[in-house]
Amino acid sequence: MAEGTTVLEHQFDDLDQQREASSLGMWVFLITEIMFFGGLFAGYAVYRSTYPDAFAEAGLHLNVLVGAVNTAVLILSSLTMALAVHAAQVDRRKALVVFLLLTILLGTVFLGIKVFEYADKFRHELVPGYAFAFEGPHAREATIFFSFYFAMTGMHALHMIIGIGILAVLTVLVRRGRFSSEYYWPVELTGLYWHFVDIVWIYLFPLLYLIGRA
Amino acid sequence: MAAHIVPKRVYYLVFATLLLLTLVTVDVAFYDLGILSFPVAMLIATTKALLVIFYFMHVRYSSPLTWVFAIIGFFWLMILIGLTMADYLTRAWISLAGG
Repeated sequence: MAEGTTVLEHQFDDLDQQREASSLGMWVFLITEIMFFGGLFAGYAVYRSTYPDAFAEAGLHLNVLVGAVNTAVLILSSLTMALAVHAAQVDRRKALVVFLLLTILLGTVFLGIKVFEYADKFRHELVPGYAFAFEGPHAREATIFFSFYFAMTGMHALHMIIGIGILAVLTVLVRRGRFSSEYYWPVELTGLYWHFVDIVWIYLFPLLYLIGRA
Repeated sequence: MAAHIVPKRVYYLVFATLLLLTLVTVDVAFYDLGILSFPVAMLIATTKALLVIFYFMHVRYSSPLTWVFAIIGFFWLMILIGLTMADYLTRAWISLAGG
């Protein structure tokens, strides 16, 4: 590779070492993300174990079908992201752009369905602090469930929005020919982030939508 | 060590398994398993998460150091949730004098 066009930074011996270091750096960031969401999950665990009946009853107000469809959309977006990384590794730039755009599209579909769900909650007055018309003896504790619902899915949605932004920048860089099979790890690191956000949802879906169904 | 290129068919297989497990977890939620329903739901979710981590996130093909980093993340999460719940779940076990 000619001087000036090389992507190898001077502190690394070779590109493999640089790729390995980038990947580890991303994992460290993801660990901080695990702990960030972990606080929400721990809080959820405390209150669900304290008010199991209220949580089971409140969970029935979420739409399982919509949640399941969104889970499928997100899993499909993880597949297209994985295929984008594959296309980058084998230097197929056109396929890479297509898969990145598909991932953006599927992420947007997920958020669109989420907007529909949020609007539904506002219409039925299940939004703590705004209007909460939950009937029954568990009304007070149910505000805790819905606070967790909005905090957890809201933080998750924010991560999706950031992810879509990163994917959009990446798509532009790919079209400018900034990556090759030698230097593709920005695509790989974005993939790690996107799959992590997918994993958060994999846990949110049963915890929020599927409790108290039996 | 060059990056391992995962064959596309592995991705398709993982995707199909994830969809199947999503259907299973929805279906299982409608059966009354009593105290087991929560562990079963978490077991399925964790299986899905591990599939994503091992194959989509390439950990299966990564260096031992990446394994260590990935495991550390979940180890700390277990400390956070484990120790918190060890407190909250056992509070009713003893009554303090004068309490």
